[in-house]
Amino acid sequence: MINPYTPFEAEVVERIQESSTIFTLRLRFTDAEQHERYSFQPGQFNMVYLYGVGEVAISIVSDPEDEQLYDHTIRIVGRVTRGLAQVKQGQRVGIRGPFGRGWPLLKAEGHDVLIVTGGLGCAPVVSVINYIISRRERFGRLTIMQGVKHSDDLLWRERYKLWSQMPDTHVIIAADQGGQQWPWRIGPVIGMFDELNLQPDKTIAMMCGPEGMMHAAIKRLLEMDVAEEMLFMSMERNMQCAVGHCGHCQYGGHFVCKDGPVFSFNEIKAIFGKSGF
Amino acid sequence: MEQTQFLQRQDLQSLVDVLKASGYRCLAPQVRDGAIVYDVLADVSHLPVGVHDQQLPGKYHLIGSDDKRSFAWANGAQALKPLLFSARELLWSAERDAEGKINFVQAEPAVQKTAVIGVRSCDLAALRVQDQVFLEQQYQDENYQARREALFTVAVNCSHPAETCFCASTGDGPTARSGYDLLLTELDDGFLVAAGSAAGEQVFAQLPLELASDQQHFVAGEQALHAEQVQTRKLPQAGLADKLLANLDHPRWQAVAERCLSCGNCTMVCPTCFCHKEIEQPQLDGHSTEHLREWDSCFTQGHSYIHGTVIREDTEKRYRQWLTHKLATWVEQFGSSGCVGCGRCISWCPAAIDLTEEANAIAGNSND
Repeated sequence: MINPYTPFEAEVVERIQESSTIFTLRLRFTDAEQHERYSFQPGQFNMVYLYGVGEVAISIVSDPEDEQLYDHTIRIVGRVTRGLAQVKQGQRVGIRGPFGRGWPLLKAEGHDVLIVTGGLGCAPVVSVINYIISRRERFGRLTIMQGVKHSDDLLWRERYKLWSQMPDTHVIIAADQGGQQWPWRIGPVIGMFDELNLQPDKTIAMMCGPEGMMHAAIKRLLEMDVAEEMLFMSMERNMQCAVGHCGHCQYGGHFVCKDGPVFSFNEIKAIFGKSGF
Repeated sequence: MEQTQFLQRQDLQSLVDVLKASGYRCLAPQVRDGAIVYDVLADVSHLPVGVHDQQLPGKYHLIGSDDKRSFAWANGAQALKPLLFSARELLWSAERDAEGKINFVQAEPAVQKTAVIGVRSCDLAALRVQDQVFLEQQYQDENYQARREALFTVAVNCSHPAETCFCASTGDGPTARSGYDLLLTELDDGFLVAAGSAAGEQVFAQLPLELASDQQHFVAGEQALHAEQVQTRKLPQAGLADKLLANLDHPRWQAVAERCLSCGNCTMVCPTCFCHKEIEQPQLDGHSTEHLREWDSCFTQGHSYIHGTVIREDTEKRYRQWLTHKLATWVEQFGSSGCVGCGRCISWCPAAIDLTEEANAIAGNSND
């Protein structure tokens, strides 16, 4: 039996600097058997361990069917991520996972998919966007909606541009403040919903980002008659064990680490947006 | 049918001897620094003979008497919890070689066959709760499991609940119904003894027992009834979980937060609280590191910290999280309440906050 508390060694095969505070580590387990055994779903996460420093929960952004490498896009926000930013190609980290419940991809098949994200390019939904783009025929219309504070905050501009040129794919981006040559909207994120022309009974929404933004988005989507059980969001809480034992990620009657991080709105609506949970 | 027999008081040492001969380390209640704690027992004369306790919100006090009984008191701060869910332990260690390769080594938990004499029914109930947390969900905790399997419980029915006790109201006591290996009921001249497991029956068979009289059974029954009736504290019964969650903005949360020191004592003495944090401890040799876990409390700032923000930044939110988890959302998570009515959080609260009083103020009033 594999003890879920103990990491496996992984090698950084490639390191990509995405912005001044965001980087991607492309990893591979050094143990061939573990590499073979490992598989994940978009929306799941790993505990990434930096030797001598500690662990941090990071979602997996690569394609689940990529058998070579799996990627973590990480923003420097604390002690462990600041240390991880120093890790170079060829160096070793620890990985245990995958943990949690990912996006409802089977349920989404045959539906129009609306992705709503905010903040600095939300890694958990990038995996789902890539997943859908690579399996385009299984899904209906894809709409990607992203809000940022300032246009400089948008990661992966090229990718968004590329996505916007895909068939039956609609990209809407808004920045509260736009810099020069910003090709997208300027104004509050919530204004983007005015551009939406969705079919409520055919739509499934997947959201990730600040809870206030998701709260506002859910309100608008419910007004547009999208069903509660078709609204999904990825939640974030302090995670240490990732297996539902340490108690830090408790969210009402749920453990975000193992019952989430992806929840449907009707599962958590009693406390969603309630301060202190 | 469960067979109950009688053990003379002067033969109690035989229980300790049989357990030791069966390979168990024997832990039993003993007085240390003015409190009853579980410690290794050499001889039954070290039990708290004649000791009674007085417990009130924020108060724990021992009183001596001429009583011959060894178990005429209610639980002290310590539960079974630290024996199974260690307050601090190594999870794994890692070594990094000159090339930067990391070798992870899983820690082997220190396990010793352990018999605990004097376990109360509230702590047996708490043991079931912790089994649910650590063993009966998607992931199993190997360290907990190893120690759990090495545990032998000698329960003693509670005859002297403290004023802070409310196990009758939660349905977890004062009489133990299951979950023990052996069960004792203390009478003036000895103990009624029953076995509750195969391991318990083996020990039972080696004790110098005699037939229990009808009178002894009758006295035990009276004693159990009395222990139930003297309890004055109660939790609201009907719809407690729903009522608490429907009152998240009740002004009482703010009122209790003004008294609460957010010290976390309640969570440390609680026999069901399971929160713990992981700690990385690099070693001074420069090429190895240890990864430990240590009890944590939802009353700390760090508990709900998430990159740059704290979800529960004030005491009101922390107290509300603790109480609603214990009494309401725990049911959603594990199918039963996280409170077993032991009353420890009341006795050991330095601000004398009474969980039953707060729950009644917020979600009903059955304390009358």
